[in-house]
Amino acid sequence: MRPRLGAATRRQTLGALAGLAVGAAAPLQGETFAGRYALRPQAVAPGLWLVRGAAAPMAFANGGAIANCAILATMAGPVLFDCGPSRGYGAALRALARRLTGRDPALVLVSHLHPDHALGAAAFDPALVAALPETIAQLERDGPAMTDAMFRLLADWMRGTELAIPLRRLTPGLLELGGRRLHLVALAGHSGGDLAVLDEASGTLLAGDLVFHDRAPATPHADLARWRAALDTLAALPHRLLLPGHGPADPAGRAIAQTRDWLDWLSEALAGAAAQGLDMVEAGAQPIPARFAGLAAARYELQRSVAHFYAAIEAARLPRID
Amino acid sequence: MVRLPLPALAALALLGAAAPAAPAPGRPPTVARDPLGSPLWALHAARLFAGAPVVFDPAVRVALPVIAENQHIFPVAVDARALGGVRRIVILADLNPIPVAVDFAPGGAAPWLALRIKLDQRTPVRAAVLAGDGRWHVSGAWVDAAGGGCSAPPVSRARGDWAEHLGELRGAAFATPEGTRLRFTVRHPMDTGLVENVPAYHVETVTVAMAGHDPARLTVWGAVAEDPAFTLLFPGRPGAATLHLRDSNGREFSGRVPGPDRP
Repeated sequence: MRPRLGAATRRQTLGALAGLAVGAAAPLQGETFAGRYALRPQAVAPGLWLVRGAAAPMAFANGGAIANCAILATMAGPVLFDCGPSRGYGAALRALARRLTGRDPALVLVSHLHPDHALGAAAFDPALVAALPETIAQLERDGPAMTDAMFRLLADWMRGTELAIPLRRLTPGLLELGGRRLHLVALAGHSGGDLAVLDEASGTLLAGDLVFHDRAPATPHADLARWRAALDTLAALPHRLLLPGHGPADPAGRAIAQTRDWLDWLSEALAGAAAQGLDMVEAGAQPIPARFAGLAAARYELQRSVAHFYAAIEAARLPRID
Repeated sequence: MVRLPLPALAALALLGAAAPAAPAPGRPPTVARDPLGSPLWALHAARLFAGAPVVFDPAVRVALPVIAENQHIFPVAVDARALGGVRRIVILADLNPIPVAVDFAPGGAAPWLALRIKLDQRTPVRAAVLAGDGRWHVSGAWVDAAGGGCSAPPVSRARGDWAEHLGELRGAAFATPEGTRLRFTVRHPMDTGLVENVPAYHVETVTVAMAGHDPARLTVWGAVAEDPAFTLLFPGRPGAATLHLRDSNGREFSGRVPGPDRP
């Protein structure tokens, strides 16, 4: 491997130099990155597997693998719903899907723009990767900065991950592939474009990050009013099982209500903090009700949400004094 | 991920260079060993404290969020009410290109301040409090942050509407069991001077006069977040507050906050 310093991007150059160091007789660093994604599929319905993400904030320790993915077998090859945070994860997911179904993936659906769901697309032919037009537009706008942020946080886990923009634009409605009937629902609120999929055969609703389960919802691109409306739509879709974007599968119909409860509480808590004249640090330090004790990453997501919303709430509330 | 080697090594090198073992003649070794192991502590301490005694003191409470979600708007709240006779509170981020964000002289206000700053990278964030005992009491923590807090253009510059709202003041007073909380925001780009072709332009001084109290004064640098938001705390139930701000172009802004609604 010969690094072309003039033409290469910084990332490619670093990768190339790392390659040289590994190949050299006497490595400069004794440390070699040995991270591997160990994906454990959970069969949740005939021909449908859930691959759980860690119930934790994104961190080097979990390689960014915090989001759920799903694998749906079809006679034309498996359909993947979300593909993880990095090329390495995407490749591991592709290998897992092949092991489970005996075929290479026919289609990769990206539920929304967030990097823990979308950047694994780097492991696939972009022609196989599909998303809603709003998601594609958001990826084009925010993808490069999100990718940089992921490299900063996850370092070698991200090796080789170039932002891959999905080439297939989805339209809502029925998608029939290899004998499997999938109903695509175009929503928004968690982000500017949120894809949900209802698998007709199993009655499973793949909700993406519109629904969190036993894990506090994240709000970096959220519009809480639209999110609530999307939850209404999802609740009205008859389903037997729900796969949330984060957290365990929900056969009992709890997760939609739990997500709504958190969003309602969050809105009230932030407005209440502003009404008391609290600063952002204090707004993020306020008590979290006991009913949310079972939600992972609750304090972390509350403080992130303060960063996302508080300045605007305050600007709308404080009167002019000049 | 906790990786310390580089900063730790740099810190050792710097501490070694300024080693108290063999102080230069006429310069007493007053800078205590930094519990955060910051590579720039010796430099900042020598400049800020000019030989005055320094102690690292958890009685100075620095409240920070667990995550720097936005490196352009990082909230910090400092409570030094456990110390007596506080004269100044300096809030700084060691590894920011503009390390000091504010120098706060509380006057008649409580030694308590909340504000939002920029972070240009992973850095210690600290409060240094000059108390009545003549010593600087210092506390803080490392904060992990993405780069660019000081070197990316502010949102209002990118949007292009900063001049239309320059100096707009909002605020209110709130009665609390601890006293009267005064919260105010001012629209200002707070340009650091580190963005290409945008010279430094920021709020420089803030004076808060509340009836029956000595005025509180803040000296402010470009490391304070765009559209600054400050919270101060005054003992008791004072009346209206008057604000005077001046920026680095000499432009002045003023406002008046009525007393809190509820007694």
